[in-house]
Amino acid sequence: MSKLNQLFKEKPNRLCSVYFTSGYPKLNDTATVVKNLEAAGVDFLEVGFPYSDPMADGPTIQESSSVALKNGVNLDIIFDQLAAIKEQINIPLVGMGYLNQMLRYGTEKFCEKCISVGIETLILPDMPMIEYETIYKDLFAKYGLTNVFLITPQTSEERIKKIDEMTNAFIYVVASSSITGAKGTISEEQIAYFNRIKSYNLKSTLIAGFGISSKETFNTVCSHVNGAIIGSAFVKHVGTNGVDTIDAFVKNIIN
Amino acid sequence: MSKFQVDKNGYYGQFGGAYIPELLYPNVKELEDNYLDIINSEAFQKEYLYLLKQYVGRPTPLYYAPNLSDKYGAHIYLKREDLNHTGAHKVNNTIGQILIAKHLGKKRIIAETGAGQHGVATATVCALMNLECIVFMGEVDIKRQAPNVARMKMLGAKVVAATSGSKTLKDATNEAIRDWIQHPEETYYLIGSVVGPHPYPDMVARLQAIISEEIKWQLKEQTGKENPDTIIACVGGGSNAAGAFYHYMDDEEVDLVAVEAAGLGIDSGESAATSQLGEVGVIHGSKTILMQDEYGQIIEPYSISAGLDYPGVGPLHAHLFDTKRGTFLNATDQEALDAAFELTKLEGIIPALESSHALAVLGKMDLSKDQVVVVNLSGRGDKDLETYINELEKREARNHE
Repeated sequence: MSKLNQLFKEKPNRLCSVYFTSGYPKLNDTATVVKNLEAAGVDFLEVGFPYSDPMADGPTIQESSSVALKNGVNLDIIFDQLAAIKEQINIPLVGMGYLNQMLRYGTEKFCEKCISVGIETLILPDMPMIEYETIYKDLFAKYGLTNVFLITPQTSEERIKKIDEMTNAFIYVVASSSITGAKGTISEEQIAYFNRIKSYNLKSTLIAGFGISSKETFNTVCSHVNGAIIGSAFVKHVGTNGVDTIDAFVKNIIN
Repeated sequence: MSKFQVDKNGYYGQFGGAYIPELLYPNVKELEDNYLDIINSEAFQKEYLYLLKQYVGRPTPLYYAPNLSDKYGAHIYLKREDLNHTGAHKVNNTIGQILIAKHLGKKRIIAETGAGQHGVATATVCALMNLECIVFMGEVDIKRQAPNVARMKMLGAKVVAATSGSKTLKDATNEAIRDWIQHPEETYYLIGSVVGPHPYPDMVARLQAIISEEIKWQLKEQTGKENPDTIIACVGGGSNAAGAFYHYMDDEEVDLVAVEAAGLGIDSGESAATSQLGEVGVIHGSKTILMQDEYGQIIEPYSISAGLDYPGVGPLHAHLFDTKRGTFLNATDQEALDAAFELTKLEGIIPALESSHALAVLGKMDLSKDQVVVVNLSGRGDKDLETYINELEKREARNHE
């Protein structure tokens, strides 16, 4: 069983995940960010692979990726940074990037590297479901990797159920029709959407993301789904305050 | 079925597909499920062809260029897309897509633009159809294409500057996609080239296919044969080339020549010659050939021509390149400028900088006196006048030395 699924078994609710951009704010901050987030009580991490043209990211994450790339980060550096701290961390890691990064790096090599540094799950938001089914599912399984699909308020019930069948990790519930970091509150409409998804009685763990930025939004979301991912708010925080104040940031949200 | 048409899954050979975040899936699926029925309907065809004729000014002439022909020792014809309303081939596509958008009940139109020709064409059809129009344009392009920015604003469009990355077409496209993600239900994304997720490349190619459809009958009328030996068109994303090639793709005796922008030179690090410098990858929703580094990061392209300043090509062109059905050449900034001045002097036609790239390869080809060549003159040069004036001043200064 993957670390992530073990976690879901032990802690089915109020799961807190944080997205961070590797190589940001400074090239060598990655290890400190991971360690500090684990120490602060985050349940699992989304390791962002900075990309030049991130289609589904908002301005905050895009800007952080741009800075990280200017800092000189690349996939090899990220894998090396994670490999160096592998023995010191227990927290499950989820890799988040774009399909082109994996294709260009070499799919097999990419999978091998991810597993070797402790990334057991991937989020590649532009991977078509049909390609996952026909090309990547078996390949990921060969390396022990799982894949996460996103659903949005516009995703049909039929498609959500199909995603649920294919999921061995969690379903990423995009909390609103927006790019990351665009909103700061959870509306009645969004709650109705969470409740609609819950009514489908899916087998998968549901983790919401996009627009979760405070204790209030985290608590609201967690009362409807299993947990939440904090992305832009965290990236903005470390960009402004540096990596030494991570503990306070996280505790302010989850306690 | 033609091996150069898109297959049922949206692929041209290994290229194409729809690599999009889930947030865009419903929009793209809605379009995919409906576009062929709409385009093939009698009502659409009637309105589309009416507007192309009475509003756009089609058919555009197929002009035999006697002086250019003399100079290069071949029979050279210019397909005069520059004579379309709004000054380029772009309007063929926007007329078609605005009708599709209306059919789908969309009220808000977004578009991206490089040179501004697609932005102007989109703003024009939005004005015609009384629809809200937002055009994303790179900050750099806003500066270098000021007349087109003014046109868009006058036509009622909101022009939004893309300030990320190279601040050119690629970044404008990213911003447009983001806007679409944030307004998925009411918004129609009117893509200006044969790029993006399926069905856009196929849809735009079909709407531009009017160009080759006309070339076929016009050439027959003038020469007795509907097939030329060679068709030349410039390629950024590739919509004018897709339109010029469309009805000739299966006529393998016709050489299809795609001309990319080499910028300051293929190996200069300042280029947009994707087929020469690119590798297979995914950009803006489709698998194609794109300029990227060893980690899949997209490399900023460069060309003097904003319309060719794009790091990828459409998947159809990637397929034509991959199967060697197309001949891919390139022209530098200077070669394009020289070709623009040459056409202006020889034929009294000031071409768009994009089209000048297509013209620039005439001197690089081994032409014969009986060879019939059609160059797709995709747009007119009004928007590039500032660049031409700078070049003119340089030439005059050189002459005075």
